[in-house]
Amino acid sequence: MPTHSFKLNGKQISVEAEDNVRLLWVLRDLLGVTGPKYGCALEVCKSCTSHINGKAFNPCAVPVKDIEPTDEITTIEGLPATVGQDLHPMQQAWLEYDVSQCGYCQPGQIMAAVAKVKQAHAEGHEIGDADLDELRNICRCGTYSRIREAIKAGAKDM
Amino acid sequence: MAEHRRSPDRPTESPAGEGGRVGRRRVLGYLLAAPTLAVGVSWIADSSDPRKADAAVPSLPQPEEIFDLGDLQNLAAAPTSGLISVELKTDGTAFFAVPRAEVGQGVTTAIAMMVAEELDLPMDKITIGLADARPELLMNQLTGGSNSMRSMYLPVRTAAAIARQRLVETAAAQWDVPTGQLATGNGVVSGPNGRTATYGSLAKAAASTKTIAVSAQLKSQSQFTILGRAHNRVDAHDIVTGRKEFGMDLQVPNAKPTMVARPPTINGTVVSVNNLAEVRAMPGITDVVAITHGVAIRGDTFGQCIDAIQVVDATWGPGTVDKESDATVLAKLRAAQVPMTVPPLLSNTIDAEFVFAFASNSPLEPDCAIADVRPDSAEIWSSLKVPIVAQEDIAKQLGLPIDKVLVHVVQGGGSFGRHLFHDVAAEAAEISQKMGKPVKLSWSRTDNFRQGRTHPMCTSRVRVNYLAGNVLSYEQRHTSVQTDFGHGLGEMITSTAAHLPVGGNLSFAETIFALSQSSPYNFGVTTQLLNEIPLKFNTGSMRNIYSPNVVCAEELVVDRLAAKMGQDPVRFRRNFLKDPRLLAALNKAAEAGQWGKAMPKGTAQGVGVHAEYRGAVATLVEIDCRPETVNRPIQDGVAGPRVTKALIVVDPGFCINPRGLEAQMIGGLQDAIALALTSSLHIKNGMPLEGSWDNYFYTRQWNTPPDVQVVIMPNTSDTPSGAGELAVAPAFAAVACAYARATGTMPTYFPINHGTLGFEPLPLEPSTPQSPTDGLDHTF
Ligand code: FES
Ligand code: FES
Repeated sequence: MPTHSFKLNGKQISVEAEDNVRLLWVLRDLLGVTGPKYGCALEVCKSCTSHINGKAFNPCAVPVKDIEPTDEITTIEGLPATVGQDLHPMQQAWLEYDVSQCGYCQPGQIMAAVAKVKQAHAEGHEIGDADLDELRNICRCGTYSRIREAIKAGAKDM
Repeated sequence: MAEHRRSPDRPTESPAGEGGRVGRRRVLGYLLAAPTLAVGVSWIADSSDPRKADAAVPSLPQPEEIFDLGDLQNLAAAPTSGLISVELKTDGTAFFAVPRAEVGQGVTTAIAMMVAEELDLPMDKITIGLADARPELLMNQLTGGSNSMRSMYLPVRTAAAIARQRLVETAAAQWDVPTGQLATGNGVVSGPNGRTATYGSLAKAAASTKTIAVSAQLKSQSQFTILGRAHNRVDAHDIVTGRKEFGMDLQVPNAKPTMVARPPTINGTVVSVNNLAEVRAMPGITDVVAITHGVAIRGDTFGQCIDAIQVVDATWGPGTVDKESDATVLAKLRAAQVPMTVPPLLSNTIDAEFVFAFASNSPLEPDCAIADVRPDSAEIWSSLKVPIVAQEDIAKQLGLPIDKVLVHVVQGGGSFGRHLFHDVAAEAAEISQKMGKPVKLSWSRTDNFRQGRTHPMCTSRVRVNYLAGNVLSYEQRHTSVQTDFGHGLGEMITSTAAHLPVGGNLSFAETIFALSQSSPYNFGVTTQLLNEIPLKFNTGSMRNIYSPNVVCAEELVVDRLAAKMGQDPVRFRRNFLKDPRLLAALNKAAEAGQWGKAMPKGTAQGVGVHAEYRGAVATLVEIDCRPETVNRPIQDGVAGPRVTKALIVVDPGFCINPRGLEAQMIGGLQDAIALALTSSLHIKNGMPLEGSWDNYFYTRQWNTPPDVQVVIMPNTSDTPSGAGELAVAPAFAAVACAYARATGTMPTYFPINHGTLGFEPLPLEPSTPQSPTDGLDHTF
């Protein structure tokens, strides 16, 4: 079986898996990293959202062979990258606004939110309602209103 | 802007005489024989006092008004609720195992608050677990009908109050001072001369060597420092760090990922698998067996199970509804509608019929269960709202004695009615038994939509006669594909039938309908009846059973009546509402939501009101139906009209946790928007066409109102109402009414976009589509 190597939450790791196995299953079923959630495996629900080299992506739609040894994969478990911080400002905002209900979508929501805010900042504007409308993450518990508030608040500290 | 308007620092007292009544009632529990302090309660929330019919009005109270579904569950729980207990550990923490499922509705947080309040212990010292299936709890272990808060409120507080009292008595005996000189706070007992003892240090001494009955006094509302104030969820930190463990995340040794290739019609069966050897030889696959409703595949990763599903070649047997499509079901429903009894008054009659499409109650976490079935025992892990029924059924299915089947309730990623059923756990058990190995079964997303539970298609016909400013009669005939209640409500009703204020010969569903539906208006002769057709779809409730549809139909007709009588919709409701709490909520909504303000053409306000589970809600929304909004380009999704603003005014009786209540209102609103505008299943030849979240259009960010407000009314009672389902019906009605006012056309088929199929259906075979490979092209 082929061996694949990449950087996962700051550590270089290697794992044996067939080439076509999507990264989500490599993370969840083989490596036991369960922060990215399985919600559809169709690149639709976005509950598996994680970061590759700082950008949001859906590991359910990426065969593990497409991940290069130099690629940095960040899951919710590795998000608070700021030294000495327990939580990322976006996670902090999520707590402050008590966003979560069942919580199943929330790791993906937070990872997507961080990327969306970075994208807006890179384009030189603050995150606004039009950006928020572009987020595709499903929340079947319907916490959308608090998600919007938390993203706007979290963005201020990013 | 989600915001509650009541100051969290000053919980409002209920009217004099009410708040104190329960507050000063001495209640009974037991000190249990245990190594450290443990208290059990045998006292049941007494919310079954029939409310006085408060209206001097022509309409007789309907059954729901004097006794509702939650009361039924409370009554059914009465003989067994003594078995729930609070335990105090030597480290000073308290443990309480909730005999309920936590699926996001905040039960664990609210219960921790109850324990903290009566025990005078900080919230972070309280651990709440989910209880395994406990047959001795009987129907007390059912999470549904929004009854958790109502049935747990007094027993849990009682157990905590007894524990606190026992700690005080223990310290008083050790220090040889009267209990009256001691106080508790922050997990510490303090006495004269600065003496203190932590609860942890007293936990052993306070333990009882035998079980004895004791009573304790509950705090009155004015003494509350925790209940009634905003508190965040106790599991919030675990959630945002990805540490919260859901059923899908659980690691049980050797329980490898397992999925099922399924037939192309609902409940179809397997005649033969024609390439078993080929599937077994697929990379990473360990086992393949035919089961009742498909071909089970176990492998190293779920991805490899999906790969194997692609190659399964099976001959499928028929399902249970192969000939049915939307149109055939609708024709059957229409043929089964119970006739109206009051003849029409010609020009002074409104006759209307509303159709509600099938809807999916699938949560975001795909259905999953772990099963480890051995020759003489079995262990199951799943998110189950009625674990005792699951235990009994699975034991029967496996041919094992009930006590050899251990059923663990795990955290679920949402439920909305789905986890009332244990079909997934039972299937996992079947697979594990056939393979002789532990399995971690997950239904795929497509399975969830196509073979999962649906809220059944139904019609609601309404006839109203009115004359000279009065409404003479209101008749509603609700006709539905049968709702499956095979999850425990059945046992409940049979065992309590004699106590119910409904006639003797009603069917099961008719009983539920009568207990949950009631018109809030003075509309003269009022009848609301249900008829069901026996089609074998996989049905169930979905954040309520009938109310969202029944109330939507009623409120649309109310708006039409108002127009016929030349009255404004809010004014009309004020004139005819008989429930003062609803009226107060409506008035608040009209004021805070600026009812009647000028709105551009193509946009409008709408209101909806509903009382249930001893709570009352008024919702006011604004909708934008202008073409530029409706036709916004959305890739792989639907735009449609947008609710731009929503205001929910809720009277919850007694509000335990404003933050949690507000969250439930916001969630209910999003469900309502989906039901009114976008989300439904299209049935074609025995199968829903929907197979992913980009087909089943649950509310997304582009549909959600940018402006949402929740207003919590001052407490009107000393007991909490149910909250989980409360907002859906009135918000659904408000959105429908707003749509009718904005477009000038009363919608009669829901959701309003059901007539247009907004997606390309996934193939029926393979039953689970292959995952994409182009994820790196869509990074942002
Ligand atoms: S699981 Fe990856 S997008 Fe749904
Ligand atoms: S919190 Fe349950 S799906 Fe979002």
